[in-house]
Amino acid sequence: MAVHRTGNLVGHFHDMEQQNEASSLGMWVFLITEVMFFGGIFLTYTINRSMYPFAFAEASRELDVTLGAINTAVLILSSLTMALAVRAAQVGKRKHLIIFLIATIALGSAFLGVKTIEYIDKFHHHLIPGNNFHFPTTPQMAALDPNLNAHAQLFFSLYFAMTGLHALHMIIGIGVMLFLLKEAVRGRYTETYHAPVEVSGLYWHFVDIVWIYLFPLLYLIDRHQ
Amino acid sequence: MSEHIVPTRLYVAVCATLLFFTGVTYWAALQDLGKFNIVVALAIATFKAVLVVLFFMHARYDLRRTQLVIIAGVVWLAIMLALTLSDYLSRSWLPVAG
Repeated sequence: MAVHRTGNLVGHFHDMEQQNEASSLGMWVFLITEVMFFGGIFLTYTINRSMYPFAFAEASRELDVTLGAINTAVLILSSLTMALAVRAAQVGKRKHLIIFLIATIALGSAFLGVKTIEYIDKFHHHLIPGNNFHFPTTPQMAALDPNLNAHAQLFFSLYFAMTGLHALHMIIGIGVMLFLLKEAVRGRYTETYHAPVEVSGLYWHFVDIVWIYLFPLLYLIDRHQ
Repeated sequence: MSEHIVPTRLYVAVCATLLFFTGVTYWAALQDLGKFNIVVALAIATFKAVLVVLFFMHARYDLRRTQLVIIAGVVWLAIMLALTLSDYLSRSWLPVAG
């Protein structure tokens, strides 16, 4: 059955404003399911960390804080360019929309590039969970936790699960941005119709928020010791 | 259309605040605050997340209905965290076998 349309307005909505509000609400409901999904993983991490605080602190020190901090800044800047892209769409500036979408894609790709460097480094240092996992342990450390290797492996399993799922969300986000870019070049978005840009922006900012929590929780455990 | 257009200057100010607090959270991690290191880190992260939600995600300018959905989501998350952690973190308080 064909959907009745008047321009960009789908038949079951009264006007564009109502349609836009419904789009935004729908995206928020989806993001709440994402909050619960990531919330469960953060909870798993918190429980394991409270059970093996020493191993988690030692394992966390193997991460590169500088790269993590750079990536935090890159992602925050990409959120700014995304917010400006949405604004450009709202005021109907197609050229600005295209520029800010390209900037967002570039910053998102830079984040994934840095993440790749970090992952490669973990491969070289035998910190990938599995048969060849080997955590560098001194006798003093072994005295504090005889099962340090197993518990550090637990930290890295969670590290790869959490950052990997976050990276997957980034890859999907970049795919969405490429689609928006293609449509923006065609002049699809106007002052009255730009809901796709708006809801994609909500998704992008959500992924930024996940990293805002991942950075201190994974990289900054007990750094003062 | 009653859509709210946020001024560019406000977006840039929010972004600068977020970058500043990224620096603060790094600095705070190097200080020995005992048990409060994690509290400070999570407080700063939550402050940053609220800024992103309110301004970048336009929650401040959204309809009450949308705001209610966001708050309800956070409440459900809090229930999940609070009930699960109250179990795990209190298990060692009483000397019960198993």
